[in-house]
Formats: sequence, C-alpha cells, structure tokens
Amino acid sequence: MVRRSRTKTPIAEQDPAIRKSNFDEVCLGYTLEEGAAEAVRCLQCKEAPCIASCPVMIDIPGFILAIKKGNMQEAADILGKYTNLPAICGRVCPQEKQCEQVCKLGLAKNFEPVAIGKLERLVADWALENQDFSKCIQNNEAKIGRIAVIGSGPSGLTVAGDLAKMNYEVIIYEALHDSGGVLTYGIPEFRLPKRIVKKEIESIEALGVTIETNVVVGKTITMDEVMNEFDACYISVGAGAPNFMGIPGTALNGVYSSSEYLTRINLMHSYEFPKFDTPIKRSKNVVVIGGGNVAMDAARSAKRLGADHVSIVYRRSLEELPARIEEYHHSVEEDIDYHWLSNPVEYMNNGVGDLNGVKCVKMELGEPDESGRRRPVPIKNSEFIIEADTVIEAIGQGSNKVLLSTFPELKLTKWGYIEADPKTGTTSIPGVFAGGDIVTGAATVILAMGAGKIAAVEIDNYVREKNKTPVTTKV
Amino acid sequence: MYKITKSEQLSKNEYDFWIEAPRIAKKAKPGQFVMLRINEMGERIPLTIADTDDSSGKIRLVFQVIGKTTAELGKLTIGDTILDLTGPLGMPTEIKNYGTVMIVGGGVGIAAVFPIIKGLKKAGNRVITILGAKTAELVILQEECRQYSDELIITTDDGTKGMKGLVTDAMEQVIANETINSSWAIGPSMMMKFCTMTAAKYELPLYVSLNPIMIDGTGMCGGCRVTIDGSIKFACVDGPEFKGTEVNWDEFISRMKQYKTEEETCLVDYQKVQVINRG
Repeated sequence: MVRRSRTKTPIAEQDPAIRKSNFDEVCLGYTLEEGAAEAVRCLQCKEAPCIASCPVMIDIPGFILAIKKGNMQEAADILGKYTNLPAICGRVCPQEKQCEQVCKLGLAKNFEPVAIGKLERLVADWALENQDFSKCIQNNEAKIGRIAVIGSGPSGLTVAGDLAKMNYEVIIYEALHDSGGVLTYGIPEFRLPKRIVKKEIESIEALGVTIETNVVVGKTITMDEVMNEFDACYISVGAGAPNFMGIPGTALNGVYSSSEYLTRINLMHSYEFPKFDTPIKRSKNVVVIGGGNVAMDAARSAKRLGADHVSIVYRRSLEELPARIEEYHHSVEEDIDYHWLSNPVEYMNNGVGDLNGVKCVKMELGEPDESGRRRPVPIKNSEFIIEADTVIEAIGQGSNKVLLSTFPELKLTKWGYIEADPKTGTTSIPGVFAGGDIVTGAATVILAMGAGKIAAVEIDNYVREKNKTPVTTKV
Repeated sequence: MYKITKSEQLSKNEYDFWIEAPRIAKKAKPGQFVMLRINEMGERIPLTIADTDDSSGKIRLVFQVIGKTTAELGKLTIGDTILDLTGPLGMPTEIKNYGTVMIVGGGVGIAAVFPIIKGLKKAGNRVITILGAKTAELVILQEECRQYSDELIITTDDGTKGMKGLVTDAMEQVIANETINSSWAIGPSMMMKFCTMTAAKYELPLYVSLNPIMIDGTGMCGGCRVTIDGSIKFACVDGPEFKGTEVNWDEFISRMKQYKTEEETCLVDYQKVQVINRG
C-alpha cells in the first residue's frame, strides 16, 4: 500500500510582503507533479462522503483518480459533467466546510484531508489552457424551447450552461456591462482573476448561450415581455442591495459600502486609476466593519491600494468569524489588524464632511441568538476611537428591488427574497423559477450553482410537460 | 454598441446627441436616466434622458462638459458609437393632471425638465416654465420648452436674456400671480436648494432631481445614497426625484465633492493628451 503524506501537498503562494502591493493572484496553484502527488492521498472511498457534501455532487474520487493516472483530459471531462465553472469553484468554494470537511482521510488522526479544491482548480486551469471550447458543442437539432435567465452570476451561468447542454435556446440578461455577477464585481482579482472568469464564461457561451449585457429586466424589458417571449425563465439576480449600520456619520465622504468599494475596484478597475477613469480614495488608515469574506476582500484590497494601516472591526471573536479561515490567514500575513469584540457607533467628521475616525464600543458575548452564535452585547463606557480616512461597511446585503418591484405577482418571503422551493426552484408563478442569493440571501458561489443545477432539470421537465399540452398556455 | 445619429453643440460646453437605443427609447418615461460608458477604460456616468423617439428607436442626451467622461463624449460625433448604455433607470416623474404646474430648469438641468414639461402638458396641465442660466447662450432648448409651456419665463444672471436675476426671483413672481398645484426644479444643487426654500415659504410642493455620484445605477452599490426625511435612500432606484424639503441639502452638496481632486487629475491628464495629439 502507498504511504500517504499526513499533510496536504504544499501549494505555492505569492510572498505576502510582495503581494500586499499588487492585485495578482495570491495562490499560484499546483503543478501537474504536485497535483499527482496530492491525488495519491485520496482513499477512493466507495461511498465517498465528499460527493454528498458537494452542492453540485461532483464525482470527486473519479476526477482525482484521473489526475493520479495522469489523464487530465479524463479528469476535465468528469468535472465538466457536474460543473460549468470549475476554475471558479476551485478558487472560491468553502471547501473546508464542504467536501474537505467530510474527507475520510482528514478524519483520521493527524491527517489533513485531500486538497480537493486545489485539485479541482488544477484540472480546470489545465482545461482552460488546453481545451478548445469553440469546438465543443453546437448541435443543429431543433431547440426544445427558449429560456430567459435574468442575471449572469454563478447561478444564472450554471442554469444556462445546463439548459444549453439539454438543447435549449438560452438568453441571459445582465444589467451591468460585464457578465459574471458577483464573480466580476465582487471578488477581487487576487482571489479570482478576471481572465479566469472571462474564460469560463466563454466556455458557457460556446455551449450556445447568448448573454445580453446592459439589460435591466423590469426597466429595459419587462417581466411581461420575458414571459411572453420565452417558455420559462430563471431569476438569479443575486442579493445586491448593500446594508448600512445607519450610525451617525454614514453620509460622510470616505464611508463606503463594501459593494461600492469592491465594484469600483473589480468592475471599474479603479485600482488602475487614472489609466481607468473611475477613482477610489487612496487612504492611509482604513477600517473595515464586518467579518465575512467580503470584509476580508475589502481590507486586503485597501492594503493593495497602498493604505498604511488597515484594520477589521468585528463584533464577535475569531471563533465566530464567518470568513474562510484561509482568507483570514492570508489577511493576517498581509498585516491586516483585528479589533475583536468591537462595534462602530459613530463615524467622526473632520469638520468639512470628510471622515477622520471611527468611534467603536467594546462588546462581550452573551447568550446565543437565533443564528446559534453568542450575541454580542456592548460594554458600557468602553468607547475608543480608531483613526480612519476610509471606512468600509461589509455587513451584508439585502434583496435588490429593481426587478421585484415591477413584478408584484411574485411571492416574496418576509425578508424580501423570492419564495422558491429549494428542491425545484419553482416560484409562486408557473414557468418562473428562481435561485441563488435572491432566494437564500447572500450565500456562496457553489450554493448558487447548486440551485441552478436543480432548476435546470425542473425547467426541462416543465417545458416538456407544457409542450405536451395541445393548447398553448401563457407561461 | 450604441450609435450617435445626430450631434449638435449647443454652447461652448453643452452638447445635444441623439443615440440609437431602441429598447430604451421604447420604455423611457420623463424623469428617467441612463448609465453610459464610452469605452473599456471609461467610468459609468448617469445622464437624464432628454427626449425619445420610439418610432426610430432613438434617445436624446443633452450634457455639459464637467469632467473627463463628458469631455470625451463631447468629442464624439455622428457615426461614432458608445460602448454601453443602460436604462431607462430610476423612477419616472408622476405625470398626471395637477391643474397648474410650475417647472424650473437651470443650466443643463433644462434638458432634464424638458421631458417633464412635455409630459405634464400632454396630461392636460397648465404649464408655467422658468428657465435660468448664467448668460443668454446657456439657455438651451428654449423653443422646445416653449412649445409645451403655457407661459415661459427666462432669467439670466447677467441680464443678457429675459429678466436679470435668479430663477427664484421668477418663482416669487409666478407664485404671487397664480395658484400653483405642484412644482419641479432641476439644475445645480445650490439652485435646487434655494428653489426648495422658496417653494417651502408658500407651502408649495416642489420636486427636485438629484444627480449624486453613481457607479452601477441599479441599487447595487449604495454610492448614490442621500438622506431623505432622515433615512437613507438610493437616488438611482428610489429617486432620482425627491421632495425638495425632505432632502438633506448640506450633506448632498458635500458628497458631490467626494472625488473633486481625482476628477481634476483625470480631466487635466486628458486635456494634456488632447494637446499632445493635436501636436
């Protein structure tokens, strides 16, 4: 029997001292040799728990075995059966909480799980380099039907790719000038390079999917038009409306939502200002509020824009931090400071409308709240001030009402998200399906993709059933 | 790509474009705007839709050169294309028969009030229009506005056209002689603030259209947030029209200056390049 390394095969990363001043990717990925060495560690479990814990049920032992055999094409083909966005998933999935958490090797004493995410990335990157996607597809059979997808984020791209493979004509409507949704405007280049997103989207377009940018459904075209012109539609517009704490000083110059900060950087390339026209404040002292992946992204971006001090203010402690632990470690390596158990209460005005400090209060953890985490409670008279010329609130998003406000027939939850069956994606209106963050609230790329996969199957069933009915009914 | 089919220079710094955008032309209502990006390096800027022609699928944009993007836009001409145009965005003006309405347009804001004048006239209102500018040359779209107005008053700061003075002086005059049922004012922030104060004196409802800095224009970034009646609103989706008395003007005016230094850098760099190109 092969002797398995107890630890994951190390992976090359950009040196923290260098990378904190550039936007290039932090993790450099496995070489084929490193990948093969890591693949050997997989136990090839018969009832692989990793598959069950993956929202898109990838045949993980299958593609890892192919890597071990040195057959990258086979590995790519296996991955391609389950996911249209493997290079993206290999980079941004919370693997440590999904496939890798249940890996039997990782459950053995003193063993780390197989680096499933990094292996997925290796295969996907190999495919992007070596496969000619333009040759892939495009059969000339008559299409089964026309499907509209609203929003080109991970959920929309997944449903579109799967339906195109089932021989549907699919049109994606995207409100922004660029496709990819949160993959494009939300996740920074150093964690998910835009060329990877572009290539993977191209591979979906190669399946015959059309993406129309600059179309705001509800404004540029109405839901009535969509429902008249298509056999079914899938709403995957994400949860894009930023929340604000609403504390005094929120309107000061220098106060950003994470959505604005990251959109300026990622979508509009403001880190390349003035080569690109969209500006962003290049600040000395930056404070980020929140503890999720978005907070990490904002803080690390601020560092790369040249800030001297960047700190994260989080109202709970490291133990409760919602961000991926890998991202937390990366942030610490890049000199991001933490104010644990702290919460902002006021943004300070320098007298002419610009931010010059964040007044915070110390917190302690009380009884668990509805989320099961211990509720932070402010400690009296514990105020302190952090000097800051930029503050970024990364405290989550709500549902964007642009489409929903024009479509009152669609049933929403009490939180304002679309009410959709998680097992099918069906909504209160026949022919209208929904998935991703607009159903669940802000979640992960892979969960949004999972919803897209489920909906693709249901949309196919729905259209086939409808086509059997002789009288055409309005969708 | 969106093709420019007609372009006219209205004054030294103001331009009047017609652009092919059939989907937007079909849907646009008074008070709505588009987000525009000229090219890959460009920023997204909001511009009010000044007019539409649904039959030919075109929209009209009137703009003033302020920063680099508008300077660059002004250099484009018939046959040139714009990379991205999204819209119509924002909530439309509530067009209905109010009775007698007063509409004030200042500077390039005249282009933004034009579709409102037209809409309100078609809805059967008696329309009293006040157009104001620094000097005669800057009173744009005068004839178009006159066509849909029952009364048209022009004011200029220097008295080169119409009455010498501010639009608020004309407002006072109108209010003294007429019963006004509703009113609108669109122009520079300071003008809208003072129009609000004037209307408030007479408890006359006045709506303004805010033009804060926007990035996406679809409610996603929160950059255009304004405080309305004490709560945070996003001008791009909740507005751009708000009741003047509910706007926190000092805050709004301060937020407009956020990127002053960066905008100047950008414009100066651009102008240098223009000079070099001209040799």
